[in-house]
Amino acid sequence: MEIDKPAFDFSLEEIDREEGRQIEELMARSQEPLPDPVEWLQAELSRNVLVTSVDKLLNWGRHYSLWPATTGLACCAMEMVATAASRFDIARFGMEIFRASPRQADLMIVAGTLTWKMARALRMLYDQMAEPKWVLAMGACAISGGTFAHSYSVVPGVNRIIPVDVYVPGCPPRPEALLYGVMKVHEKIERRSVSEDLIDLRRLIKGRATQGSQA
Amino acid sequence: MTKPLAGHQVGEQIRNQVPDAVIEASEEWVLIKPESLLAVANFLKTTPGLEFDYLNCITGVDYLDYLEVVYHLTSMRHNHGIVLKARCSRENAEVPSLVGLWRGADLQEREIYDLLGITFVGHPNLKRIFMWQGFEGHPLRRDYL
Repeated sequence: MEIDKPAFDFSLEEIDREEGRQIEELMARSQEPLPDPVEWLQAELSRNVLVTSVDKLLNWGRHYSLWPATTGLACCAMEMVATAASRFDIARFGMEIFRASPRQADLMIVAGTLTWKMARALRMLYDQMAEPKWVLAMGACAISGGTFAHSYSVVPGVNRIIPVDVYVPGCPPRPEALLYGVMKVHEKIERRSVSEDLIDLRRLIKGRATQGSQA
Repeated sequence: MTKPLAGHQVGEQIRNQVPDAVIEASEEWVLIKPESLLAVANFLKTTPGLEFDYLNCITGVDYLDYLEVVYHLTSMRHNHGIVLKARCSRENAEVPSLVGLWRGADLQEREIYDLLGITFVGHPNLKRIFMWQGFEGHPLRRDYL
């Protein structure tokens, strides 16, 4: 019996060239930082009274099982590992499961230097995470590029690629600092209302419907 | 601890085998002409008593007037080491590839090609490794930027 070999109509050189083209395109697209999601700061004012109890329950559940995605890019990842290990014990916050799959994660801790070559992959991971999702930029490099800000290969701040909720400064930040940042994410989650999720859901369904009618 | 061999002694042995290959031999290293690098490396690898069977690392250096490639060699059998150097001009940066002798040279030569722009003649797959295809220039050259 003969097995059909997969026929590729591209060569290795073409793959390399395509990768280079996509990176250049991403660089051209991300020259300005994305705005931080800060609407939640005024959330108290517009809160719907009817759903507050539901909000409380949902937010309580969410903030005690905030599963992080494993995105340790450089040396800051060591401090993230220390935070997860027994001495600082991130399990106290219900976060001990570092997920290797973005689809099961709620929080992306970007720990370390992001290079332009990696940026595309990071954006892809972020897009694959299920809503609602939060991003924590850990360390000087993730915040602004750090010492490498004017380098030829480093993204000057991950907020060029993905919107960042909480910034934790330090080079690298101590585990205590990271835990403080995580608690800031918790604060943000507590301000979230289920009505936002409903708006998201409605938008999603509407998008599906229009797609369906086009097809 | 690996014993470092005296450069001028090894240089003398190389001179006997490959004439005109050695430019300079000091206590620590031997400076080789790039065009006879392959013959010298082959000699060092195969000669009984020397048998440098392991390439520790390759380093590329930019000295502004010229570029230099540094090879750290070790013999696992005799537990001794030597440092080889080869120089080339900035404009015509070409050094023969040693992938045929030590497979470990593969990725390191690609790295030096990527960051310093030294072409390793005879390398089977010489393309960028850290930077992406289409990147302009060689970032570790001191006149970059």
